Amino acid sequence: MSTAAVVMMIVAMLVVWGGLALAVVHVSRAGRDEPDEVHRDL
Amino acid sequence: MSNQGQVDATGRNARGGFTNRRVFMLAAIGSAVGLGNIWRFPYVAYENGGGAFLIPYLVALLVAGLPFLLLDYGIGHRYRGSAPLSFRRLGGASAETLGWWQVGICAVIAIYYAVIIAWAVRYTFFSLDQSWGDAPDEFLFGDFLQVADPGIGLDFVAGVFWPLLVVWLVVVAVMVAGVQKGIGRLSVVFIPLLVAAFLVLVGRSLFLPGAGAGLDALFTPNWGALTDAGVWAAAFGQIFFSLSIGFGIMITYASYVGRRTDMTGSGLVVGLANSSFELLAGIGVFAALGFMAQASGVALDDVATEGLGLAFVAFPVIISEAPAGAVIGVLFFASLVIAGLTSLVSVIEVVISAVRDKLDLSRATASLAVGVPAAAASILLFATTTGVPLLDTADYYINRFGILVVAVVSTVVVTWVYRDLDPIRDHLNTYGSVRLGSWWVVLVGVVTPVALTYVLIEELRAVLAEPYSGYPGWLLNGIGWGSAALVLVLALVLARLPWRASVDLSAPSQEVTR
Repeated sequence: MSTAAVVMMIVAMLVVWGGLALAVVHVSRAGRDEPDEVHRDL
Repeated sequence: MSNQGQVDATGRNARGGFTNRRVFMLAAIGSAVGLGNIWRFPYVAYENGGGAFLIPYLVALLVAGLPFLLLDYGIGHRYRGSAPLSFRRLGGASAETLGWWQVGICAVIAIYYAVIIAWAVRYTFFSLDQSWGDAPDEFLFGDFLQVADPGIGLDFVAGVFWPLLVVWLVVVAVMVAGVQKGIGRLSVVFIPLLVAAFLVLVGRSLFLPGAGAGLDALFTPNWGALTDAGVWAAAFGQIFFSLSIGFGIMITYASYVGRRTDMTGSGLVVGLANSSFELLAGIGVFAALGFMAQASGVALDDVATEGLGLAFVAFPVIISEAPAGAVIGVLFFASLVIAGLTSLVSVIEVVISAVRDKLDLSRATASLAVGVPAAAASILLFATTTGVPLLDTADYYINRFGILVVAVVSTVVVTWVYRDLDPIRDHLNTYGSVRLGSWWVVLVGVVTPVALTYVLIEELRAVLAEPYSGYPGWLLNGIGWGSAALVLVLALVLARLPWRASVDLSAPSQEVTR
């Protein structure tokens, strides 16, 4: 692989996968979910 | 059986729902991650600047994809209904048409989408002994699908009929089981399984000879592409089609989520998870294509392809030539089946939810009332020797002149006619962990419709320049334009039919009582 391709692959991974990881951490910390409750599928 | 009398804490008829946010997010990811992530994104990126495509792609995700996803979430979560009921509560009888338009589009998509899953089921087993032999192309269109000239016939292909019947039995069973016990459980089990299967597939592909050349082709940036408006249109188109936005799915799913749920944070996770899977798919697919090019002694450009050609012609070649190819085959086609199935249930749920709301039916009754006719139409139209041209045409037109058009119209109407973006933003901000400012209103009300209109015009130009795939006029006009027009006409009619008296058409109170 060329250097440019390697750099762009790493950038893509960092931005997209890193962004997902940050988003998951953010949502977990925000912790505003409702308590588990069983909904009936009526 | 009616739901009357079974009311939730807000005084409305209970509709069922996801048990918690995690299940909702997995279901939404399952909907967004579909066949397009695996067989469309890699080629679109490769064709539109390689590594440089990342820039327009991320811009499109941030300025249009995620904002639009949050609009869908906001509508469904605020108005607590299927697409027609949500739009009815948002803007009255005329707005309800938008919801039925989306429902019609989903009905069309569901009946052909199931067929591709049935093909993938067969190919999972074909992979074990490489049934396609030395000529995957001839095997696909000849031996397996027995494709005849374009037409509408009833010559059934047994090899498609039976797996398609099984797919529909599974789908109907999931839908009857309900939102949590059916869709929720399916997503909780299969989405992690899909990611695991694809990780193993990518790991195997990366160690094939020639994989580096494939990744080189995918990621080498062509910066000159950034000045090409067509590349930007491709990025917006990819983001739009990939996220399952604009045609009712995310409205429907959001209506099944608890009132205090953080929808903006959830949207961020879902949007980025979808893109993460696309990136993973791009790496896996192009590593495999690099191997194929090297093994065949041709340039990568000669083997790079997308869609049916990638899945059912190129991958069989890779499976036949790679060491332990059967493993690659089973993982690849099983991934297609899972990705397709979790998307299909979300598409058909739009229709079931709408019928259920309008007629105030029970879950099981609505699922059967929608699922059985959809299965029958799917089998009658597409499990035949004439099914492939019909499928190809319906898919091409309903995506462009169904989904794209309703998306543009709905953003414009919600923003400029009903002026409902500010209330929706306030609603999302009430419990959202990512605060939406006035920038969100500008992105949804101006940037997104302008970008999608440009994409639409480009598509219109392409389809008017030459007949799609060289198909005859009757097919393109009757099935292509016909299906796109029919769903709009049906929407106009259905929006004028009365609701059951037991259905509350007023906007829900914003007070949370539980």
